[in-house]
Amino acid sequence: MTTIWVVVIVTGVATLALKAAGPLLLGGKPLPARITSLVSLLAPALLAALVAIGTFAQGQHLVIDARVLGVGAAAVAIRLRAPVLLVVVLAAAVTAGARALSG
Amino acid sequence: MSEEPSEPRSYRHGVRAVLPLAVAVFGFGLSYGVLAPAAGMGNAAPIVMSITTFAGSAQFAAASVLGAGGSAATAILAAVMLNSRYLPIGVSVAPWLEGNAWSRLLHAHVTVDESWAVAAEGHGRWNPRVLLAAGTGIWVAWVLGTIGGVLFGNAIGDPNRLGLDAAFPALFLALLAPQIRGNRTAMLAAVLGAGIALALTPFTPAGVPIVVAGAACLLGVRPAREAA
Repeated sequence: MTTIWVVVIVTGVATLALKAAGPLLLGGKPLPARITSLVSLLAPALLAALVAIGTFAQGQHLVIDARVLGVGAAAVAIRLRAPVLLVVVLAAAVTAGARALSG
Repeated sequence: MSEEPSEPRSYRHGVRAVLPLAVAVFGFGLSYGVLAPAAGMGNAAPIVMSITTFAGSAQFAAASVLGAGGSAATAILAAVMLNSRYLPIGVSVAPWLEGNAWSRLLHAHVTVDESWAVAAEGHGRWNPRVLLAAGTGIWVAWVLGTIGGVLFGNAIGDPNRLGLDAAFPALFLALLAPQIRGNRTAMLAAVLGAGIALALTPFTPAGVPIVVAGAACLLGVRPAREAA
Protein backbone atom coordinates (compact mmCIF):
# COMPACT_ATOMS: atom_id res chain seq x y z
CA MET A 1 0.00 0.00 0.00
CA THR A 2 2.82 2.44 0.83
CA THR A 3 4.42 1.92 -2.60
CA ILE A 4 1.21 3.13 -4.21
CA TRP A 5 0.96 6.23 -2.05
CA VAL A 6 4.62 7.08 -2.67
CA VAL A 7 3.87 6.96 -6.39
CA VAL A 8 0.73 9.09 -6.00
CA ILE A 9 2.46 11.77 -3.91
CA VAL A 10 5.79 11.99 -5.77
CA THR A 11 4.15 11.92 -9.20
CA GLY A 12 1.67 14.60 -8.13
CA VAL A 13 4.39 16.91 -6.82
CA ALA A 14 6.66 16.31 -9.84
CA THR A 15 3.84 16.91 -12.31
CA LEU A 16 2.81 20.16 -10.68
CA ALA A 17 6.47 21.26 -10.63
CA LEU A 18 6.75 20.57 -14.38
CA LYS A 19 3.49 22.36 -15.16
CA ALA A 20 4.11 25.34 -12.84
CA ALA A 21 7.82 26.02 -13.43
CA GLY A 22 7.17 28.24 -16.46
CA PRO A 23 4.13 30.09 -15.08
CA LEU A 24 5.76 30.72 -11.65
CA LEU A 25 9.23 31.71 -12.90
CA LEU A 26 8.29 33.50 -16.12
CA GLY A 27 4.61 34.35 -15.54
CA GLY A 28 3.21 37.60 -16.93
CA LYS A 29 6.40 38.63 -18.69
CA PRO A 30 6.70 38.41 -22.47
CA LEU A 31 9.11 35.77 -23.72
CA PRO A 32 11.98 36.90 -25.95
CA ALA A 33 10.77 37.19 -29.58
CA ARG A 34 12.84 34.24 -30.71
CA ILE A 35 11.36 31.96 -28.05
CA THR A 36 7.85 33.14 -28.96
CA SER A 37 8.32 32.12 -32.57
CA LEU A 38 9.51 28.68 -31.41
CA VAL A 39 6.69 28.28 -28.91
CA SER A 40 4.11 29.03 -31.62
CA LEU A 41 5.26 25.82 -33.36
CA LEU A 42 5.20 23.74 -30.18
CA ALA A 43 1.43 23.25 -30.39
CA PRO A 44 1.34 21.73 -33.90
CA ALA A 45 4.47 19.64 -33.21
CA LEU A 46 3.23 18.18 -29.90
CA LEU A 47 -0.35 17.67 -31.06
CA ALA A 48 0.83 15.83 -34.19
CA ALA A 49 3.12 13.67 -32.04
CA LEU A 50 0.15 12.82 -29.77
CA VAL A 51 -1.97 11.92 -32.82
CA ALA A 52 0.76 9.67 -34.22
CA ILE A 53 1.47 7.92 -30.91
CA GLY A 54 -2.22 7.53 -30.08
CA THR A 55 -2.94 6.00 -33.48
CA PHE A 56 0.03 3.68 -33.98
CA ALA A 57 1.82 3.03 -30.66
CA GLN A 58 1.06 0.02 -28.50
CA GLY A 59 3.58 0.38 -25.69
CA GLN A 60 6.90 0.51 -27.52
CA HIS A 61 5.57 -1.23 -30.62
CA LEU A 62 4.12 0.39 -33.72
CA VAL A 63 1.02 -1.45 -34.86
CA ILE A 64 -1.74 -0.97 -37.40
CA ASP A 65 -5.05 -1.91 -35.80
CA ALA A 66 -8.68 -0.75 -35.64
CA ARG A 67 -7.63 2.67 -34.34
CA VAL A 68 -6.30 3.58 -37.81
CA LEU A 69 -9.82 3.22 -39.25
CA GLY A 70 -11.31 5.32 -36.46
CA VAL A 71 -8.75 8.11 -36.79
CA GLY A 72 -9.05 7.94 -40.60
CA ALA A 73 -12.80 8.44 -40.33
CA ALA A 74 -12.13 11.34 -37.97
CA ALA A 75 -9.77 12.92 -40.51
CA VAL A 76 -12.50 12.81 -43.17
CA ALA A 77 -15.00 14.33 -40.74
CA ILE A 78 -12.54 17.11 -39.83
CA ARG A 79 -11.99 17.77 -43.54
CA LEU A 80 -15.78 18.21 -43.86
CA ARG A 81 -15.68 20.63 -40.88
CA ALA A 82 -17.72 18.37 -38.62
CA PRO A 83 -18.05 19.48 -34.97
CA VAL A 84 -15.42 18.10 -32.56
CA LEU A 85 -17.92 15.97 -30.61
CA LEU A 86 -19.02 14.23 -33.82
CA VAL A 87 -15.37 13.67 -34.78
CA VAL A 88 -14.58 12.02 -31.44
CA VAL A 89 -17.73 9.88 -31.34
CA LEU A 90 -17.18 8.79 -34.94
CA ALA A 91 -13.58 7.73 -34.22
CA ALA A 92 -14.65 5.68 -31.20
CA ALA A 93 -17.65 4.14 -33.01
CA VAL A 94 -15.67 3.13 -36.13
CA THR A 95 -12.89 1.64 -33.97
CA ALA A 96 -15.35 -0.24 -31.76
CA GLY A 97 -17.23 -1.46 -34.85
CA ALA A 98 -14.05 -2.71 -36.52
CA ARG A 99 -13.05 -4.53 -33.31
CA ALA A 100 -16.47 -6.14 -33.02
CA LEU A 101 -16.39 -7.30 -36.65
CA SER A 102 -12.85 -8.69 -36.41
CA GLY A 103 -13.89 -10.67 -33.33
CA MET B 1 -22.10 37.78 -15.17
CA SER B 2 -20.21 41.06 -15.56
CA GLU B 3 -18.65 39.67 -18.70
CA GLU B 4 -17.67 42.23 -21.33
CA PRO B 5 -19.86 41.61 -24.38
CA SER B 6 -16.92 42.56 -26.56
CA GLU B 7 -14.65 39.95 -24.96
CA PRO B 8 -14.27 37.63 -27.94
CA ARG B 9 -12.85 34.58 -26.20
CA SER B 10 -13.96 34.40 -22.59
CA TYR B 11 -14.62 31.91 -19.82
CA ARG B 12 -17.89 31.12 -21.54
CA HIS B 13 -16.06 30.41 -24.78
CA GLY B 14 -13.76 28.07 -22.88
CA VAL B 15 -16.67 26.17 -21.37
CA ARG B 16 -18.40 25.83 -24.76
CA ALA B 17 -15.23 24.70 -26.49
CA VAL B 18 -14.50 22.15 -23.82
CA LEU B 19 -17.88 20.37 -23.66
CA PRO B 20 -17.18 17.84 -26.42
CA LEU B 21 -13.71 17.26 -25.00
CA ALA B 22 -15.08 16.79 -21.50
CA VAL B 23 -17.29 13.95 -22.77
CA ALA B 24 -14.23 12.13 -24.13
CA VAL B 25 -12.19 12.87 -21.00
CA PHE B 26 -15.03 11.56 -18.80
CA GLY B 27 -14.91 8.32 -20.76
CA PHE B 28 -11.14 8.19 -20.42
CA GLY B 29 -11.53 8.81 -16.66
CA LEU B 30 -14.02 5.94 -16.47
CA SER B 31 -11.51 3.61 -18.08
CA TYR B 32 -8.77 4.79 -15.68
CA GLY B 33 -11.14 4.24 -12.76
CA VAL B 34 -11.72 0.68 -14.01
CA LEU B 35 -8.12 -0.20 -14.85
CA ALA B 36 -6.20 1.36 -11.92
CA PRO B 37 -7.91 -0.66 -9.14
CA ALA B 38 -7.56 -3.75 -11.36
CA ALA B 39 -3.81 -3.02 -11.44
CA GLY B 40 -3.72 -3.19 -7.64
CA MET B 41 -3.91 0.53 -6.83
CA GLY B 42 -6.94 0.21 -4.57
CA ASN B 43 -9.90 2.57 -4.75
CA ALA B 44 -8.72 5.76 -3.04
CA ALA B 45 -5.31 6.20 -4.65
CA PRO B 46 -6.56 6.46 -8.27
CA ILE B 47 -9.11 9.12 -7.26
CA VAL B 48 -6.52 11.11 -5.28
CA MET B 49 -4.14 10.83 -8.23
CA SER B 50 -6.77 12.16 -10.66
CA ILE B 51 -7.39 15.14 -8.37
CA THR B 52 -3.71 15.95 -7.80
CA THR B 53 -1.63 14.68 -10.73
CA PHE B 54 -4.36 15.27 -13.34
CA ALA B 55 -2.49 13.88 -16.35
CA GLY B 56 -4.23 10.94 -18.00
CA SER B 57 -1.52 9.14 -19.93
CA ALA B 58 0.97 9.41 -17.05
CA GLN B 59 -1.57 7.97 -14.61
CA PHE B 60 -2.24 5.04 -16.94
CA ALA B 61 1.51 4.47 -17.28
CA ALA B 62 2.06 4.48 -13.51
CA ALA B 63 -0.86 2.06 -13.01
CA SER B 64 0.41 -0.34 -15.65
CA VAL B 65 3.94 -0.35 -14.17
CA LEU B 66 2.54 -1.05 -10.68
CA GLY B 67 0.17 -3.67 -12.10
CA ALA B 68 3.13 -5.45 -13.72
CA GLY B 69 4.87 -5.55 -10.33
CA GLY B 70 7.26 -2.65 -11.04
CA SER B 71 8.84 -0.58 -8.28
CA ALA B 72 7.64 2.84 -7.13
CA ALA B 73 10.70 4.43 -8.76
CA THR B 74 9.92 2.86 -12.14
CA ALA B 75 6.29 3.95 -11.97
CA ILE B 76 7.28 7.51 -11.02
CA LEU B 77 9.90 7.66 -13.77
CA ALA B 78 7.42 6.52 -16.41
CA ALA B 79 4.86 9.10 -15.31
CA VAL B 80 7.37 11.94 -15.05
CA MET B 81 8.79 11.20 -18.51
CA LEU B 82 5.31 11.27 -20.00
CA ASN B 83 4.65 14.57 -18.24
CA SER B 84 7.94 16.24 -19.13
CA ARG B 85 6.18 17.89 -22.10
CA TYR B 86 4.41 20.06 -19.53
CA LEU B 87 7.64 21.97 -18.92
CA PRO B 88 7.71 23.56 -22.42
CA ILE B 89 3.90 23.73 -22.42
CA GLY B 90 4.06 25.69 -19.15
CA VAL B 91 6.66 28.05 -20.61
CA SER B 92 4.43 28.65 -23.65
CA VAL B 93 1.45 29.85 -21.57
CA ALA B 94 3.52 31.69 -18.92
CA PRO B 95 3.54 35.14 -20.60
CA TRP B 96 -0.27 35.23 -20.68
CA LEU B 97 -0.76 34.47 -16.95
CA GLU B 98 -0.71 37.84 -15.22
CA GLY B 99 -2.27 37.02 -11.84
CA ASN B 100 -0.44 36.36 -8.56
CA ALA B 101 1.49 33.18 -7.83
CA TRP B 102 -1.62 31.29 -6.60
CA SER B 103 -3.55 32.18 -9.73
CA ARG B 104 -0.65 31.06 -11.90
CA LEU B 105 -0.37 27.82 -9.92
CA LEU B 106 -4.08 27.18 -10.49
CA HIS B 107 -3.77 27.83 -14.23
CA ALA B 108 -0.72 25.54 -14.32
CA HIS B 109 -2.57 22.71 -12.56
CA VAL B 110 -5.47 22.73 -15.05
CA THR B 111 -3.09 22.92 -18.02
CA VAL B 112 -3.39 19.62 -19.85
CA ASP B 113 -3.03 18.83 -23.57
CA GLU B 114 -6.70 19.50 -24.27
CA SER B 115 -7.12 22.80 -22.38
CA TRP B 116 -3.80 24.03 -23.75
CA ALA B 117 -4.85 23.27 -27.34
CA VAL B 118 -8.30 24.85 -26.92
CA ALA B 119 -6.77 28.03 -25.44
CA ALA B 120 -4.19 28.40 -28.23
CA GLU B 121 -4.92 31.41 -30.41
CA GLY B 122 -2.07 30.76 -32.85
CA HIS B 123 1.17 32.69 -33.36
CA GLY B 124 2.35 31.82 -29.85
CA ARG B 125 -0.65 33.41 -28.07
CA TRP B 126 -2.73 31.68 -25.38
CA ASN B 127 -5.94 32.91 -23.76
CA PRO B 128 -5.73 32.49 -19.95
CA ARG B 129 -9.54 32.66 -19.44
CA VAL B 130 -10.17 29.91 -21.96
CA LEU B 131 -7.33 27.90 -20.42
CA LEU B 132 -8.81 28.16 -16.92
CA ALA B 133 -12.42 27.47 -17.95
CA ALA B 134 -11.55 24.60 -20.27
CA GLY B 135 -9.00 23.16 -17.86
CA THR B 136 -11.42 23.23 -14.94
CA GLY B 137 -14.12 21.55 -17.04
CA ILE B 138 -11.70 18.81 -18.09
CA TRP B 139 -10.51 18.36 -14.49
CA VAL B 140 -14.11 17.90 -13.27
CA ALA B 141 -14.81 15.40 -16.07
CA TRP B 142 -11.58 13.50 -15.34
CA VAL B 143 -12.20 13.27 -11.58
CA LEU B 144 -15.91 12.34 -11.94
CA GLY B 145 -15.00 9.78 -14.60
CA THR B 146 -12.39 8.22 -12.31
CA ILE B 147 -14.85 8.03 -9.41
CA GLY B 148 -17.49 6.51 -11.73
CA GLY B 149 -15.02 3.93 -12.99
CA VAL B 150 -13.94 2.96 -9.47
CA LEU B 151 -17.56 2.65 -8.28
CA PHE B 152 -19.09 0.92 -11.33
CA GLY B 153 -16.03 -0.78 -12.81
CA ASN B 154 -17.56 -4.23 -12.90
CA ALA B 155 -20.60 -3.03 -14.82
CA ILE B 156 -18.47 -1.19 -17.39
CA GLY B 157 -16.04 -3.92 -18.38
CA ASP B 158 -13.24 -3.32 -20.90
CA PRO B 159 -13.46 0.33 -22.01
CA ASN B 160 -11.38 -0.28 -25.15
CA ARG B 161 -14.32 -2.22 -26.53
CA LEU B 162 -15.94 1.21 -26.94
CA GLY B 163 -13.05 2.49 -29.08
CA LEU B 164 -12.05 5.13 -26.51
CA ASP B 165 -8.36 4.66 -27.31
CA ALA B 166 -9.05 6.02 -30.82
CA ALA B 167 -11.07 8.96 -29.49
CA PHE B 168 -7.96 10.73 -28.21
CA PRO B 169 -5.85 10.81 -31.36
CA ALA B 170 -9.04 11.90 -33.18
CA LEU B 171 -9.54 14.67 -30.64
CA PHE B 172 -5.95 15.88 -30.96
CA LEU B 173 -6.27 15.78 -34.75
CA ALA B 174 -9.39 17.97 -34.53
CA LEU B 175 -7.48 20.44 -32.34
CA LEU B 176 -4.46 20.34 -34.65
CA ALA B 177 -6.38 20.98 -37.89
CA PRO B 178 -7.21 24.69 -37.40
CA GLN B 179 -3.59 25.38 -36.38
CA ILE B 180 -2.09 24.04 -39.60
CA ARG B 181 -4.73 25.21 -42.12
CA GLY B 182 -3.02 27.75 -44.36
CA ASN B 183 0.16 27.83 -42.25
CA ARG B 184 2.97 25.97 -43.98
CA THR B 185 5.50 26.39 -41.17
CA ALA B 186 3.04 24.93 -38.66
CA MET B 187 2.25 22.11 -41.10
CA LEU B 188 5.96 21.32 -41.41
CA ALA B 189 6.34 21.30 -37.61
CA ALA B 190 3.38 18.90 -37.35
CA VAL B 191 4.74 16.49 -39.96
CA LEU B 192 8.19 16.54 -38.32
CA GLY B 193 6.68 16.10 -34.86
CA ALA B 194 4.66 13.07 -35.92
CA GLY B 195 7.61 11.56 -37.81
CA ILE B 196 10.05 11.98 -34.93
CA ALA B 197 7.57 10.55 -32.41
CA LEU B 198 6.97 7.44 -34.52
CA ALA B 199 10.67 6.97 -35.30
CA LEU B 200 11.62 7.03 -31.60
CA THR B 201 8.74 4.94 -30.21
CA PRO B 202 10.43 1.52 -30.60
CA PHE B 203 13.68 2.72 -29.02
CA THR B 204 12.79 4.93 -26.04
CA PRO B 205 10.49 4.71 -23.01
CA ALA B 206 6.97 6.11 -23.49
CA GLY B 207 6.85 9.88 -23.20
CA VAL B 208 10.32 10.54 -24.54
CA PRO B 209 9.23 10.48 -28.23
CA ILE B 210 6.62 13.18 -27.58
CA VAL B 211 9.06 15.51 -25.83
CA VAL B 212 11.81 15.00 -28.42
CA ALA B 213 9.26 15.60 -31.20
CA GLY B 214 8.43 18.95 -29.63
CA ALA B 215 12.03 19.96 -29.00
CA ALA B 216 13.68 18.63 -32.15
CA CYS B 217 11.21 20.04 -34.60
CA LEU B 218 11.41 23.47 -32.97
CA LEU B 219 15.16 23.46 -33.49
CA GLY B 220 14.76 22.08 -37.00
CA VAL B 221 12.24 24.70 -38.04
CA ARG B 222 14.06 27.68 -36.54
CA PRO B 223 16.13 28.61 -39.61
CA ALA B 224 12.93 28.90 -41.68
CA ARG B 225 10.85 32.05 -41.82
CA GLU B 226 9.28 33.37 -38.64
CA ALA B 227 5.99 31.59 -38.03
CA ALA B 228 3.65 34.29 -39.23
